[in-house]
Amino acid sequence: MEIDKQVSGSPITFRLDPTSGVPTYLQLVRQVEHALTLGYLIPGDQLPKVKDVVASLAINPNTVLKAYRELEHKGLTVGRPGQGTYIEATLSVEPLREQAALTRRLIRWLDAASAAGLDQEGITALFTNALHEQAKRDSGKVAS
Amino acid sequence: MIDQPPGATNVIETFQAAKRYGRTWALRDCTLTIPHGRVTALVGPNGAGKSTLLHMAVGLALPTAGRIRVLGSLLPGSDEALARIAFVAQDTPLYPNLSVADTLRFVANLSPRWDEHRARTRIAELGIPLARKIGNLSGGQHAQVALAVALARHPDLLVLDEPMARLDPLARHDFMAVLMAAAAEDGLSIVLSSHVVAELERVCDYLVVLAKGHVQVVGDVEQVLATHRVLVGATRDLDALPPSVSVVAEQRADRQTRLLVRADRQSPVPIGWQSEPTNLEELVLSYLRSPQATTLPGPSGDAIRVSA
Repeated sequence: MEIDKQVSGSPITFRLDPTSGVPTYLQLVRQVEHALTLGYLIPGDQLPKVKDVVASLAINPNTVLKAYRELEHKGLTVGRPGQGTYIEATLSVEPLREQAALTRRLIRWLDAASAAGLDQEGITALFTNALHEQAKRDSGKVAS
Repeated sequence: MIDQPPGATNVIETFQAAKRYGRTWALRDCTLTIPHGRVTALVGPNGAGKSTLLHMAVGLALPTAGRIRVLGSLLPGSDEALARIAFVAQDTPLYPNLSVADTLRFVANLSPRWDEHRARTRIAELGIPLARKIGNLSGGQHAQVALAVALARHPDLLVLDEPMARLDPLARHDFMAVLMAAAAEDGLSIVLSSHVVAELERVCDYLVVLAKGHVQVVGDVEQVLATHRVLVGATRDLDALPPSVSVVAEQRADRQTRLLVRADRQSPVPIGWQSEPTNLEELVLSYLRSPQATTLPGPSGDAIRVSA
């Protein structure tokens, strides 16, 4: 279930996708990164207060703290004691260009997949499987 | 919250606690610690002993055997423990014939740390007239008033027994939102029981699983999840699994089998099997399906006691 309350005075609001399988703190981290990439957040902006996020999403406060720590660790935000968490850096435009190129290649691949007779579900299954294989390969590298 | 203040203590500590009602043991050999500053989920099927454990912690029931202490070394039911612990019982009982204002007055008289301003602000936020009778409130309002009263007692530990059992999804969300905001603001410790696991995943960071009067799992949610994996493979390969694989529960179909095993990301995966992360609901259900399996912190802190 997703119910968002408007958090006043904050440039963004968080939402959660309970079916994504992505840990809650990571969903929050990615939404901030996404907002930075798209320009909804700029340096100097204040992230929603922990208490407000907790009250609107009904999640454990430690989850929000973990997300904010992760963002700080990545150098994207800075915590000011007693005040809140502020955007410190912006995500460079370079990845955006890469993203555009990747999107173009992905669309070409999708065209090939539908030409081969795959429907959306088949494509999703194939993609998820490939993602899985890649993650397995990478975690195998870490382990060895 | 996550940083424990110096001298932080366990909010509930039991040692071989047991409770017998007549001939039935509601709880047996219960040894666990619940640390300060956490939101703890106490889960298990009906009749697992959840209410018994909570009643012993708040001083409503005495253990038949063993020991239980709260907020460090306090005896449950002692004056100090009563002043510092708030309890919201199953179905959030309040007197239906009292008005909201009378309910506040009534509890205020029994609570040395009562915060009248907080209670009144909260009731006003809920838009509930103080003159309204408790019996005329909706289920969601009733639960919110019970929670407001409990929080106005300014507890260090808030214990809730199945607080959301009768609430609709929106009322559940609002109830949890208030509870989590209180945890963020006051840093109070929360222990809540539930048999609905799915709604606890986002809320709780500490887990206690009870089944048939026994403790099955105790620990930090992240750590418990990180030390369990799901293995998916062919049912015919089941017999060839190396004995080192520590299986908690299996779901066997004709061709495919899913195993919940004690392992982490780095653990070697048996040939032919696929290793996947698990989630809280799957983990809890798997343990409840295998009441003999336990994962408890051992003497070294994180060693695992295996019995299957």
